[in-house]
Amino acid sequence: MEYFLQQLINGVALGSIYGLIAIGYTMVYGIIGMINFAHGDIFMVSTMISLVLLIALFSLGVTAVPIVLLVILLGAVFLTALYGWTVERMAYRPLRGSFRLAPLISAIGMSIVLQNYIQNAQGADKKAFTQLIPGGIEFFKEADFSVWLQYSQIALFTTTIVVLAVFTFIVTKTPLGRAQRACEQDIKMASLLGIDVDKTISLTFVMGASLAAVAGLMHLLYYGSTDFYAGFVVGIKAFTAAVLGGIGSLPGAVLGGITIGLIEVFFAGYVSVDYKDVAAFSILSIVLIFLPTGILGRPEVEKV
Amino acid sequence: MASTDTAAPVQTPPGAAPVEPSPVRQPHPAIALLKDAAMWAAVTFILTFPIVGFKTVARGGRYVFDNNVDVVLGLTAFVFLGRILLNLTIWRKPKTATARAASGTVLDTGWAAKARRLLVPVMLVVAVTYPFLAVWASGGLVTGRYWVDLGVLVMTYVLLGWGLNIVVGLAGLLDLGYVAFYAVGAYTFALLTMNFGLSFWMCLPIAGIIAALFGVVLGFPVLRLRGDYLAIVTLAFGEIIRLVLINWREFTGGASGINQIPRPSFFGLEFIPSGPTSFAEFFGIAFSPVHRLIFFYYVILALALVVLVVTIRLRRLPIGRAWEALREDEIACRSLGISVVNTKLTAFALGAMFGGFAGTVFAARQGYISPTDFTFIQSAFIVAIVVLGGLGSNLGIVLSSLVLIGGIEMLRNLGFVKAIFGSGFDPVQYRMLIFGIVMVIIMVWKPRGLISSRAPTVFLKEKKRVGADMISEGHG
Amino acid sequence: MARQETILRVEHLSMKFGGLVAVDDLSFEAKKGDITAIIGPNGAGKTTVFNCITGFYKPTEGRIALVHGDDSILTRIDNVTATGKQWVRTRQGALFLLERLQDFKVSELARVARTFQNIRLFGGMTLLENLLIAQHNKLMRASGYTFGGLLGLGGYGKAERAAIDKARYWLDKTGLLDRADDAAASLPYGAQRRLEIARAMCSDPVLLCLDEPAAGLNAREGEELNELLLSIRKEHDVSILLIEHDMGVVMQISDRIVVLDYGRKIADGSPAAVRSDPKVIAAYLGVEEEETDEVAKELSA
Repeated sequence: MEYFLQQLINGVALGSIYGLIAIGYTMVYGIIGMINFAHGDIFMVSTMISLVLLIALFSLGVTAVPIVLLVILLGAVFLTALYGWTVERMAYRPLRGSFRLAPLISAIGMSIVLQNYIQNAQGADKKAFTQLIPGGIEFFKEADFSVWLQYSQIALFTTTIVVLAVFTFIVTKTPLGRAQRACEQDIKMASLLGIDVDKTISLTFVMGASLAAVAGLMHLLYYGSTDFYAGFVVGIKAFTAAVLGGIGSLPGAVLGGITIGLIEVFFAGYVSVDYKDVAAFSILSIVLIFLPTGILGRPEVEKV
Repeated sequence: MASTDTAAPVQTPPGAAPVEPSPVRQPHPAIALLKDAAMWAAVTFILTFPIVGFKTVARGGRYVFDNNVDVVLGLTAFVFLGRILLNLTIWRKPKTATARAASGTVLDTGWAAKARRLLVPVMLVVAVTYPFLAVWASGGLVTGRYWVDLGVLVMTYVLLGWGLNIVVGLAGLLDLGYVAFYAVGAYTFALLTMNFGLSFWMCLPIAGIIAALFGVVLGFPVLRLRGDYLAIVTLAFGEIIRLVLINWREFTGGASGINQIPRPSFFGLEFIPSGPTSFAEFFGIAFSPVHRLIFFYYVILALALVVLVVTIRLRRLPIGRAWEALREDEIACRSLGISVVNTKLTAFALGAMFGGFAGTVFAARQGYISPTDFTFIQSAFIVAIVVLGGLGSNLGIVLSSLVLIGGIEMLRNLGFVKAIFGSGFDPVQYRMLIFGIVMVIIMVWKPRGLISSRAPTVFLKEKKRVGADMISEGHG
Repeated sequence: MARQETILRVEHLSMKFGGLVAVDDLSFEAKKGDITAIIGPNGAGKTTVFNCITGFYKPTEGRIALVHGDDSILTRIDNVTATGKQWVRTRQGALFLLERLQDFKVSELARVARTFQNIRLFGGMTLLENLLIAQHNKLMRASGYTFGGLLGLGGYGKAERAAIDKARYWLDKTGLLDRADDAAASLPYGAQRRLEIARAMCSDPVLLCLDEPAAGLNAREGEELNELLLSIRKEHDVSILLIEHDMGVVMQISDRIVVLDYGRKIADGSPAAVRSDPKVIAAYLGVEEEETDEVAKELSA
């Protein structure tokens, strides 16, 4: 029971990170119908940026945790958003309205570029870091086992909820959100109605990258490690989460992320650690094959 | 951001309302040029400053920075000048005016057709004589080894590309897990030959058939999937196979893989220094390990040519036309009595079989295999080769294999790069980075690949090539 | 008048999408050698009926029977339905329960061909290739399911030449012969519609289903289409089922008209009978039934 509870907490924590990344996938897929294959790597870049900022602040003698966190958060979000914007500008915008495969291949190319860019700039070693927010609440204890809710997990849950609320507000209530939803329905029509499609799409990438940056910082705080390859598998799992939650739905993405996180943690805890990624990929396949419109989506009728 | 849009070649999205000539006075072109270059230089600087400028290194139990700010400044200057240079040259022409691909149907005459007709036999001759040319030109077997090795590498990717072309190029099914079949072929051969002592030539067809079975196993569940979802599920399939190879230690040897796979023989003659079955002794020549490499080159070439001939013939048979029809319109296919299930599964199975052949040869040449040989990046390589070559074009695949695999490998030989960037600069280190950049550039430059037009499989009066804008790239 | 044989019998066909009833308890028959038209206002469920007949949709309820040869086989229909078979073949003919067949089997076995409202050609392939793909199953058998053809065995070459001849005939018939080697997507709209009909005919159908073949055609092209359809019916043993918006086309060439409104059949009969049916007038003009007499009067005045 204690073990179960601990796994539950860990699963939701992992899932929150997936969920934050999944929002980036779901927004981009919703608006231009492409899998931003490089999104997982944008997340990875953000973990590296956070790490560099962290070390920089420490070596400058800034050690007050709240200040450090705030500075890193702002810095990482800004820089990662700029990465997202640049990737869209360089690799996707020239291919808008082109053949469907071209942006996907371009995105795969971008993913390779980002991975190797980081590998060359920061080295191939795994960067491990001591936890910035140590400790937690021990709220359940038996002789040999205690259940911990770490402070970093609390930070993660709070951030996820706040960010989700803010972004849901942006998408549903602001002019930008309206423009995004219009582009989702019909890009051509939206542009005829005077919506600046390029700008809307750019901002979508910027928003997605910002969320990836939040997820990246949280990942670094929570797991205390990253490397140049950290984005690939996480990215694919986050994409599964986006599909599972129903493409285009922000709460769905977080819900999907938590589902994937829970499945992964429980599979690793109760069945096999070695095969946890096999389980994740199998779920991915099953979801895409049998639930292509997700939990919150509606079934589609084939148009003939 | 907005200011650069006036300077950068503006691409109007399809269907956008025509832009009225702006009454606002345009800035002087030179200023616009500098502004654009300055903006991108600034972006480069901001992006690279923290990541490139400060390399985190673990030293003495804590992280410290290696200062690389000079590289950041170099990159910034590079982007600034590059942007100006590109705007003055390549990007001068408005992009809408550049004819990206031949439109409609064009008669297959003209210089392109002549070049193609000349190129194919020349390439064939070069392919057949390549090992000897390489050895002769580089001045001996020992020095020629590198070149023969490169030939084997490029040829392997051509074979893989031609195999995947059936699935992606003809049937229009995007498969990002093709490496799985390569792995299945390699492991089938390795396990059969290690455990049952079967010969290479016995294993080759078996490995092909088993890979084809895996193709069907993958094909069945993904029949209903389309587009990107299909791509992701096939990717997952490839990863599942790799993870199983890593974790099923008793069967596959786990992460360390399988070592000391017996090498195939040349009609019973082995590539060993001496002895009654020695290839070198039998022919009375001095022993060299390169002989075996040359032998492998020809094995791969022969397989590739078989695959090529089969593909060309299949395209002209009903099944091949059905593949292409499936790529064009699946619903129309169903209305004409074509079984989508059978058509897709044969494409998957056949593509997988060719991948299995390639895997077998790979395992035999290498002598050892491990799951790290079969990562997603391999699949990405093969898909990139097919798409960059031009969907469906066998010649395009050869060209893109030469560019992507051969060209990138050639970076090793670029001594002059060191002269520019200093001796510490090793281009090999940036191989993958450059590979990714080339992928993006080719896609942006030619979204339909190097050879984008399609040759019809049959004609009544005159053969015309179909322009890329007519061809659908498939939804499956 | 001699009794006409039935080729298609639709009974109590219903199709629901979630809560939406697209087709509601529809029954009608199409006679052999006839041009039968299904008309109705937008959203009346015409295309849904087509998709049910051609196997693209599985109807929620109902039976769709297609007859090859002598329609006396229809006496066995309940028997076949009860046994759960998809079709039955006797010496006189064959009976297919289309709602039980998969879409491609409807074309392959029951030989029902169709066209689409929003033309579906193989755009990147030439006209000739389009017409050869329509003969896929025949050529597949001739090529020994690829194996024979691959090795150059068997009579594949001969079969392909025959298929090309057939394609040439239909290209000629539809006035597209000189464009045989062009990409289908490069044809103008009207020609694409004709090519789609030619392609459907190449699959050797007994029943040809045309979904708004005249949509988007100009007057001259409409005339040509009428001639083409009439000559197909006359020279080839094919019955035609047709969805149409354009009343001119329908009234000129159909032998029998079924009128749908909101998924229900509101009239069924000869063009003359349908034209004067108050329910039809009401459906098209969107007025209440009581007022139709006035409308009819106004129209005839």
